[in-house]
Order: sequence, then structure tokens, then C-alpha cells
Amino acid sequence: MSTAKKLLVTTMAASGALAGTLAASMATAQEDAGEVNVYSYRQPFLIEPFLKEFTEETGIETNIIFSDKGLTERIKREGRNSPADVVLTVDIGRLQELVDQDVTQPIEDETIESNIPEQYFGENNEWVGLTSRARVFFTSVERMEPGEIETYEDLADPRFEGRICTRPASNAYNVALVASMIAEHGEEETKKWLEGFKNNLARKPQGNDRAQVKAIRDGVCDIAIGNTYYYGKMMEDEEQRSWAEAARIEFPNQDGRGTHVNISGMALAKHAPNEENAYELMRFLTEKTAQSMYADVNYEYPLNPDVKPSETVASWGDFKADDVSLAEVSSLRRRATELINEVGFDN
Amino acid sequence: MKGTVIATDEFVERQSTVSSKRIGTHWGWFITAWSVAALVVLPVVAVIFLAFTGHDGGGSVWTHLAETVLPGYIATSLKLMVGVALLTGSIGVITAWLVTMYQFPLRRFYEWSLLLPFAVPANVIAYVYTDVLEYAGPLQNVLRDLFGWNSPRDYWFPEIRSLGGAVVMLSLVLYPYVFMLARAAFLEQSAALRDVSRTLGCNGFQSFWRVALPSARPAIAVGLALSLMEALNDFGTVDYFAVRTMTAGIFNVWLNMGSVRGAAQIALCLMVFIVGLIWIERHARRRQRQFGKGDQFRCYRRPRLTTGWGWLASLACFLPFGLGFIFPVGILTRHAIVYFEQSWTDRFVEYAFNSFTLSITAALLTLIIGVLLAYAKRLDRTRSVQHALKLSSLGYAMPGAVIGIGVLIPLASFDNGVDAFMRDTFGISTGLLLTGSMAAIIIAYVVRFLAVSAGAIEASLDKVTPSMDMASRSLGENSLRTLWRVHLPLIRPGLLTAALVVFVDAMKELPATLLLRPFNFDTLATNVYQYASDSLLEMAALPALVIVVVGVLPVIIISRTIVASRNEV
Repeated sequence: MSTAKKLLVTTMAASGALAGTLAASMATAQEDAGEVNVYSYRQPFLIEPFLKEFTEETGIETNIIFSDKGLTERIKREGRNSPADVVLTVDIGRLQELVDQDVTQPIEDETIESNIPEQYFGENNEWVGLTSRARVFFTSVERMEPGEIETYEDLADPRFEGRICTRPASNAYNVALVASMIAEHGEEETKKWLEGFKNNLARKPQGNDRAQVKAIRDGVCDIAIGNTYYYGKMMEDEEQRSWAEAARIEFPNQDGRGTHVNISGMALAKHAPNEENAYELMRFLTEKTAQSMYADVNYEYPLNPDVKPSETVASWGDFKADDVSLAEVSSLRRRATELINEVGFDN
Repeated sequence: MKGTVIATDEFVERQSTVSSKRIGTHWGWFITAWSVAALVVLPVVAVIFLAFTGHDGGGSVWTHLAETVLPGYIATSLKLMVGVALLTGSIGVITAWLVTMYQFPLRRFYEWSLLLPFAVPANVIAYVYTDVLEYAGPLQNVLRDLFGWNSPRDYWFPEIRSLGGAVVMLSLVLYPYVFMLARAAFLEQSAALRDVSRTLGCNGFQSFWRVALPSARPAIAVGLALSLMEALNDFGTVDYFAVRTMTAGIFNVWLNMGSVRGAAQIALCLMVFIVGLIWIERHARRRQRQFGKGDQFRCYRRPRLTTGWGWLASLACFLPFGLGFIFPVGILTRHAIVYFEQSWTDRFVEYAFNSFTLSITAALLTLIIGVLLAYAKRLDRTRSVQHALKLSSLGYAMPGAVIGIGVLIPLASFDNGVDAFMRDTFGISTGLLLTGSMAAIIIAYVVRFLAVSAGAIEASLDKVTPSMDMASRSLGENSLRTLWRVHLPLIRPGLLTAALVVFVDAMKELPATLLLRPFNFDTLATNVYQYASDSLLEMAALPALVIVVVGVLPVIIISRTIVASRNEV
């Protein structure tokens, strides 16, 4: 074989491999009649159980892409050829970002509208909430009396100096909490609150919500902030149950505006190629089976008022939720991040 | 100094003028090199484009950032760099020197096992160590039981989730870059060179410090540059440890402030930072060049260290290997066994196949492109292709998720352009051809890892003396056949190393894969992440272990190649 030929063969082998993989992947991307494509910011193991149920009920196959960043950008760039039908995500900020980047279209469907209360719809029905989670206090069973800390505002109270743990404030859930504080008290007061709060930290913000509960068990701190579902998940895990047992859940601000809640939700992609199936899936997600599964798998609160939360979730007790508009919270997100940076909360 | 030429620039330039006169201008190579470079640099251009036009979420973030967190991001990044440079540099160089120059217990074993930590993903080692070293972990529990401490206020223990922790974690898996390159450089050095230094009165250490180290400097610098770039681009570990580097800043601005534009701007700053680093290094060694004929190491007899020193050397080699490989892999294996029932699915074979196919294709492609660029640079001494080569390596200077977005933009524009054209002309829609296919992931890998492969190939090619080209050309071979018959066989070890390093890197790659993949498509790395991101390390252990195991084989081959290169060339 001549040199040129050998070079050619090598190059061809490589491009052959590339073409092969390309063809294989195109085959999966091909659209059949009975499909719906889901872009998910949520981990597959959380959503697969009820998607499977959906397929069994309707015969419609579901295709998923999970990524925790950049899916909005991807849909935007894919433009009118984007295969995305439904986007599933947590955090009100993410939902709003989809709208801001103009990759959604209004969800107009009577069933969905009757299943989910109005306050969990975005402007023009550009998104719809599915489940909620409350941002609560976990307090040490040993070192704290129930009700010793009552409000988010108390987090800045010098009484609790060196006793509080939290994940970094730059995390989406904390950003939303700070945004809700701005909605209630305005920027200046919130900034002061953040400073006081920072001053009360037992350690530099780190880890996720679970790690904070673990820190309570370890005696690193007495109060932690976290989403309710983490508590459920820890009770489920043999090793982590002891962490959860060292702490109790307390719902903040029950005598005032109520506890801050965030939601998980869905949006309909602007150029959804399988719109009918997408509606089929979205309706399914707001109905009883999926709502209870969706909520149970991850210990969240179903937003369909006819569906009761799981036993574990119900055992944490009823609470009053802050009814500030989620759209407002979301619009204050950026300002919240700026305040967090200004006080150097995570440093 | 038999067989080794340490030449000045003047000498090289004189030689190369001669060669380029004889060889001609090589327009074909020149144009191909520039076209390839232009394609590879497109995603970087796309990020520049985003920095000016991207969604900004309501106003510029710069004033705010500059006044608040940016100085902190930069300072933290600098500290991380200094730490990783010191640690990877000293571990890599010292162990490479020991296993190359001395005979001591287990030396042959360390020759390859010291490379193994390279197969462990940085985020995985961080998860493992945090589990063990944090307050609730087994180590501190034992200490508390032993000494009767009750609370964290009773004693001091280093906090793993810290800048120092991140430096150690990253260094443990990145030092093999330095080790690999330093060892190859020491092996290539002439024994005669060292003999001369010893006859001139240097002791072992002086010979190392004054002769071997300076002449291995280019290789060490490349290894350091690679590990520093990986460290700067790392998001998984620094995020987990809440260490706020510039990369963490990119994601804060992007995800919390909703400003894609601001994020792209910080990414560009980071890139300038890295490019500056490379430039300083290159500038510093521009007057130094050497060519070896590479036949000298064979006759080197390693002096045997005395028992005490020998075991000390053995221990020095065991530490990085044990901490970077044995320990994390041991923990993973334990989890994988205990949680086997829950974590095993039949789709595992599919995940492994996906990882493997993607990585092997990326390795081959980067190899071909790397050879093309490096050889074109060799033929073209006008320095223009040299710039093309540098330009095409820029992708390595950006975090994976940013490159993911960067790849998405030109690909989707291309697909939509073709689609619009086909609709207008023929009334058929072609849809998305490349976006959302495995090709998109492979392109991202090539863009990201070309620097690794091109760098290694360039370094090997630079060591082949230009007289080889001249001899071949004067015997009537053209440039293509010279490449095929002379250069490629000569640099075969370098080629294999380049391909395997890219392979292992691609096996571990996460952020770009996550973002660009097709529907229902998982690799081992994405499977690890889906659990690890929810702190389910136990469930993530099995796929993580498979990544390591698949990565170990190539690493062993790399090592054998380096050893074989000594005997063969």
C-alpha cells in the first residue's frame, strides 16, 4: 500500500467510526408518531418511575435528556428544529429563565388549569408548577427547644451566633429564599439580615442540604436550613436515618407570612414537534397518579389540591406557606445574588 | 556530549532556513492546517460572540462583580494554581526521577502504577475523601473514640472541604501528567550527559538539579500546564468543596444571575489567564532546544540504593499511588459490592459501550488532527502555522460546560442553515443533523482535548532532528511520505501516549457530554453524576469503578510504551 493510501485508510476508518455513531444516534432521534421528548433538569431516577407509568397508560414512548445546566441554551440554539416537547425543572428561577430566553409557549388546557391552582401558573401560562417544597429549619433535638427559633429573620439574631449551618447562599434555593426576603423587607434590610446571618454561621457555607443535617448530628451546629424532601430521603437511607433523627423539622414564620416555598414545574417548548403528546404528558403529570408518585418519590408536596401528600410528608405537619407571588420572587433573584455577593456570604 | 545537541536559536534557524529552501512552501499543508484550526476554534469564537451578544439577564454584571466577588475568584484561582503546581510538580518530578534513575524495591511496579491515579475522575476522588475525612467520617470517629473528644470544638482536624483540600484532591489525580512527561524526558536524556556532569564533579543531586532538571524543563512545563488547566477548569471538585474559583464564578453568574453574557465574559478572562501562562512558559524556554538521537539510555545502569534509602524511595512512590488510587478505588469497590443489587442495571453494558465508542473516536480524531497540525508547523517555519496550532488548543482553556455551549452554537446554526436552505429549495426539512447526536459530543471532545494530543505530538516531533527531514527529502521522498515513513515511526511512542491520554480524559469527561447528548443516552460518567450529584455515592460507586477500570488499561499501555521507547528507538 502506498503512503497516501495508508493515510487515507486511517482517515477513513476514523470518519467511518464517526459516521457510524452519527447514524446510530440519528436513528434514536428520529420521531415516531407515539413519542414525547423531555428535556429534564431533574435526575432521571426521580422522573423515570412516573414516565414509565405514563407510557404504560398511553402507549406514548418518552425520550429524556437530563442535564443540570444549559438545557435552556440548547433549546434556544436548536431553534425551530428543536426536538424538545416538555421541559421539567426545579426552582422558580429556572422556569422563569425558560420564559426570559423565549423558548416556551403558553400551556392552554382545561384539565391542567382545573388540576393546579392558579397561583402556580406563570404569566400567560408559560409554565405550570407540579410540586412544592418548603425551605424549613432543621433544629437539633438535643440542643434546641421546639419553637426556639421561629422566623427566617431570627437567623440574624445574635442569640444564635456560631450555631447555624447552610449550604452556599449562591445555591438556587437559597437565592430564592433571599429573594423572598427582599420581597418582604426590601433590599437594605435584607442586606443587614444577610450580614447578621453570616455572622451566626458555625462554618463556611458548604455541602448540600443533607450535609447540614449531618452537621447537626455531629454537633457542628444547632440550626440548619434545608428543603423538606431531604428529610424524607434521609429517613429512607439506613445510614442517614440517624442524622435525620438528630434533628426535627420546624416551619418558619408560621405566625406571619408563612414558610418560603419553591416549586418544581414544567414548560411546553416553543417549537414542540409532538405537541399533542406533550399535552397528554402534561395532563398526566397534573393528575392523581403522577402527582402522588411525583411527590412521593422525592417527598414533595403535590400541587393538585385533591392529592394528599405521602404519609411521611404528612407526618411533618401542616404549615402555612408564604403566598408571595413566585414571579416576584423570581424577578428578584438577580438582586438577591448581588446582595449575597456584596456581603460575601459564601466567602 | 555524544548524540545530544543543545542548540541555540541561531543554529536551528540556520538549519531550518536550509530545509525550508529545499522543501518549498508546502501550500497544501499550510491551507489544511489553517482550515482545521479554524474549524476547531469555532466554539471558542462562539463563546466570544456570546460575551458580546448573549442573554444578559438585565444589565452588565461587571461593575457589580468587580466590586464584590471577582477579586476573590481571581485570588482563589491563583492560590489553587500555585498549590496544584507545587504539589503536582514535586510529586511528578521526584517520583519520575526516582523510578528512572535508581534501583530500589518495587521500582518496576511503580513505573506504571504511578500513572494509575490518572484514571480516577477528580470529582469522584473528592466525593470519596470527603466521606472518609469529614467530621462524621470513620477516621474522625476513630480519633474521637481514641481520645475521648466529644465535639468539633475539642480538637483540630484539617477541613477537607477547603482550598487546601481541593489542591490535594486535584493534585492526586493530575500529577500523572507531570510524572508521565518528566519520566519520558529523563529517559530520553543521554546517560552520557549525566556521566559528563558526574565526571565534572556533580553529586547525584547536583546532576539532577543542574543538568537533568533544566533539560527536562520543557516536558515538565507541558505537564504542569496541562494539570493547571485541568485544575482551573474543574467545576465538580471546587463546587463540591465550595471553593470559589473563576470557574465557580462563571456558573454563579450564568445560573443565578441569568447572565449568559457575563458568564462568557468571565470564561474569556479565564482563557486569557491560561493563554498568558502558556505564553510566559514558552517565552522562557524559547532559546532552548535540543535534539537527541535517542540511543543512549539503553546503556544506563541504575545505581542500586542502599536498603534504607531504597525503602524510603519506595515509600515516596507509594504515597501518591496509594492515596490517589488504592485508597479511593478500595472505598469504591466496597460500596460497589455492598450496593451491587441496587446499582447494577443491564444498561451498564450500553453505558460502557457508549463511553468507549466516544472516547476511542475522539482519541483517533485528535491524533490525526494533532499530527496534521504539528507536522504542518514543522514544515512551515514562517510561524503562521504555529499560531494556528496555538489557536486550535484554546478549547482546553475553557470549562467543559462552556465548551458545550460553544459547540452548540455553530452546530445548531449549521443544522438550521442547511434545514432552511433545503426547505426553501426542495421543500424538505432536514431537521437537526449534528446537534443532539454523538457527533456533537465527539466534536466537543476534539475541541477540548486537542491541546493535549497536539502538545504531546509536537513535543515528540520537535525532538526529531531536522537532518532526518533533509536526508529523506534529498533521497527523493515528498513531505507526505516523509511523514509516513520517517516521522510517524520515530514518534510512535509519542503518538500512542497522545491517543491514550485523550482516551482516558474523554472517558472521564462530564459537563459537555451531559449537555450535548442525544435522548436516552448515558455514558459511565453521566451515570455516576446522576447519583453523585444527589450525594448517593454508594449508588455511583459501581459506574465510577468501571470508568477507573476501563481507564487503567490504557494507562498501563502508556507506561509500557514509554519504557519500550527506551529499548527500541
